[in-house]
Amino acid sequence: MFRNWLLATTTAALMAFVPLAAHAADTAPQGGDIVVTYKDDITTLDPAIGYDWVNWSMIKSLYSRLMDYEPGTAKLVPSLAESFEVSPDGLTYTFKLRTGVKFSNGRELVASDVKWSIERAVNPKTQGPGAGFFGAIAGFDDVAGGKSEVLSGIETPDEGTVVFHLSRPDATFLHVLAINFASVVPKEAVEAAGGDFGKKPVGSGTLVLKDWTIGQRLVFERNPDYFVKGMPHVDKVTVEVGQEPLVALLRLQKGEVDIAGDGIPPAKFLEIKNSPDGAQMIVDGEQLHTGYITLNTHVKPFDNVKVRQAVNMAINKERITRILNGRATPANQPLPPLMPGYDKSFTGYAYDVEKAKATLAEAGLPDGFETVLYATNTDPQPRIAQAIQQDLAAIGIKAEVRTLAQGNVIAAGGTEGEAPMIWSGGMAWIADFPDPSNFYGPILGCAGAVQGGWNWSWYCNKDLDQRAVAADSMSDPAKAEERQAVWGKIFTDIMADAPWVPVINERRVVAKSLRMGGPDHIYIDPTRVINYDAIFVKQ
Amino acid sequence: MAQILLRRLIQSALILLGVAAITFLLLYALPADPARMIAGRSATAQTVANIRHELGLDQPLVLQFLYYLGGLLQGDLGRSYAQKTEVWTLIAARLPATLTLMAAGILVEVLLGMTLGTIAALNRGRAVDRLVMMSAFVGVSAPQFVVALLLLYVFAATLGWFPMSGYGTLSHVVLPALTLGLLGAGWYARMVRSSMIDVLNQDYVRTARAKGLSGARIVFRHALPNAVLPVIAMIGIDIGQFMGGVVVVEAVYGWPGIGQLAWQAIQQVDVPIIMGVTLTSALAIILGNLIADLVAPIVDPRIRSH
Repeated sequence: MFRNWLLATTTAALMAFVPLAAHAADTAPQGGDIVVTYKDDITTLDPAIGYDWVNWSMIKSLYSRLMDYEPGTAKLVPSLAESFEVSPDGLTYTFKLRTGVKFSNGRELVASDVKWSIERAVNPKTQGPGAGFFGAIAGFDDVAGGKSEVLSGIETPDEGTVVFHLSRPDATFLHVLAINFASVVPKEAVEAAGGDFGKKPVGSGTLVLKDWTIGQRLVFERNPDYFVKGMPHVDKVTVEVGQEPLVALLRLQKGEVDIAGDGIPPAKFLEIKNSPDGAQMIVDGEQLHTGYITLNTHVKPFDNVKVRQAVNMAINKERITRILNGRATPANQPLPPLMPGYDKSFTGYAYDVEKAKATLAEAGLPDGFETVLYATNTDPQPRIAQAIQQDLAAIGIKAEVRTLAQGNVIAAGGTEGEAPMIWSGGMAWIADFPDPSNFYGPILGCAGAVQGGWNWSWYCNKDLDQRAVAADSMSDPAKAEERQAVWGKIFTDIMADAPWVPVINERRVVAKSLRMGGPDHIYIDPTRVINYDAIFVKQ
Repeated sequence: MAQILLRRLIQSALILLGVAAITFLLLYALPADPARMIAGRSATAQTVANIRHELGLDQPLVLQFLYYLGGLLQGDLGRSYAQKTEVWTLIAARLPATLTLMAAGILVEVLLGMTLGTIAALNRGRAVDRLVMMSAFVGVSAPQFVVALLLLYVFAATLGWFPMSGYGTLSHVVLPALTLGLLGAGWYARMVRSSMIDVLNQDYVRTARAKGLSGARIVFRHALPNAVLPVIAMIGIDIGQFMGGVVVVEAVYGWPGIGQLAWQAIQQVDVPIIMGVTLTSALAIILGNLIADLVAPIVDPRIRSH
């Protein structure tokens, strides 16, 4: 059965961007050398390992994958695949590859490269963080457990065909094949690099790495052989690292920098926004992000649902968006508005101090209690934690704010009984791919409520877990809308138990020079942050 | 002499061992788990366990430390957890930048500090003296990141005399070196002033003056060489001071040194890099002190006889 490759799961809200993106592609001129800056050095460009928001977009453009997204949208499209079909039971995916695709070392990309690359991502020796995404492929456990190096569930009957056999239906499988960990790499180049592939990348994407001076700059050039004609638009991207955001911004205003990747420091935001060119320089876009407070269901008195509900009513979310200079909107459910399954009609818990006090009294704590709120120690997170502290004080809860380095907060969250409340700012969930299931398992499902997990509420609802599994088994695209609705209901039902206070959906801000063209959605692309394939320099 | 050198080298090795042990223990006393930092948010428990095993983090701490020491003795600083690259490669790529910055900073502070200190001493009690000492006080007290941003804003962003950030040419080094040197220059000015005043009151200076020597000759031939001794000892200590200062200065000016590397590694709990940078810094401090000790007798014959 031949299936339409347009996966309906992710359209809805995002379809609106498509005309914009298409329009951009029509008018984008070819050429231009651009300069992009970041504060942090690029850790690695190995697609099986890289997993931070800076290297994510570079890896996207250095390599190609079977599936990808239309620029600026969350709409899945085949990329290395020319076409594909899914068996009616959702357990077999067959991909036909494009012919004539070449790695930047000149060799043609064939089916066995796809198989080997995914096996490499799963192999424990690679130390890749993304291995778990491929859990549905038959034979996964043997490779992840170190018993085998070959995934029995991937077959390559000929050079142009890849067949995946799944051990369970996985409605997110096409998304999985579009994430960076599924990037195709040439085995000989990985082996030649001798463990340093992350610094000597070879792929088949729109860009090729020409030079890397550690601690200073990376130079990417356009791949003239890229399999989509007219992509990318820019000739050269120089990424300068170690650049303080404030300095990067000054350089951008002088025309030395085209994209300040770290955005605009809070202290400078209003000044830039109100400057004559400000509006054209600031790219302010929604992303798949929710900032939340976890209420630890394993710590008294948060084991009482009434207490959790009371806290939900006590937080003044509007005020927190003001701390962020309005670069966020108040949230009422775990899913961000851009995510398929988001329930527009859901209202959640309204801000109501009196009702919060009454609810707390109902829980038998009319005089409040003492607790601890964890947060990371980089601005503006401590200020937001203080705002939350004041809101809690208004209903009688005395919270001690403990601001620590990110790694220490993550460790506290993943230790049972340790952190009663955590403000997620700076560590909040941003989706790996635009599907609601990605917002459940690790952070709200039972699987994440373990030592070292990310479910910092330690919330485990077996009934919801079953519904989640059922939803992810609905891999038939015809049922996509039904599946979305099932997911949406799971997230709004979670709010009855109130393990989180969903606080804000934060927007990302990138600063770009006046000569950079294209819609905002390719600078804050929902699946890749900066979309180097699509951005262009105005003539 | 050779005996003293040998003793100092053995001492240095012991200090390095101590630094390695303490840093290692402190890093593992942190609750943050490197395997989880690498694994990120979506990783399954199995993935985290696999990474922990591959990194050898599931072994007893003592064994991990012994392995590390074993590597160290063979000159192997290990591989970065996050970057999957040899730590030595990363440090070696950045060390020249840090050393350049340090050398330039020391040059600035010594030249500026000695000049100002001498001027102040010769004009003791006058307005010039008070002005110099006041500036020195400001230089010593001003936080480096404020000085860095101020210099950057005035001389790079507004006047455009120097590039705002980067590395490679002489003009790139001026502002960072000035930022780094201003702090030390304040100390040096005070130190040179007081030891100069001391020397100027000595009998031999009075004798020189009585012989009818010119003021400049007295200062440069007789007074300064004697007043400069504490400065030499100070430079050795400064190398240690600067290892801390470069982190801030490197961050503001985008200077690709090991300070930046350390800063990022701390965020990622990248233990091998943190260890590598700490040991490199410790080595620099030890070498700095050693050089100061060796140079002092050459400059001052009085120390040689002891």
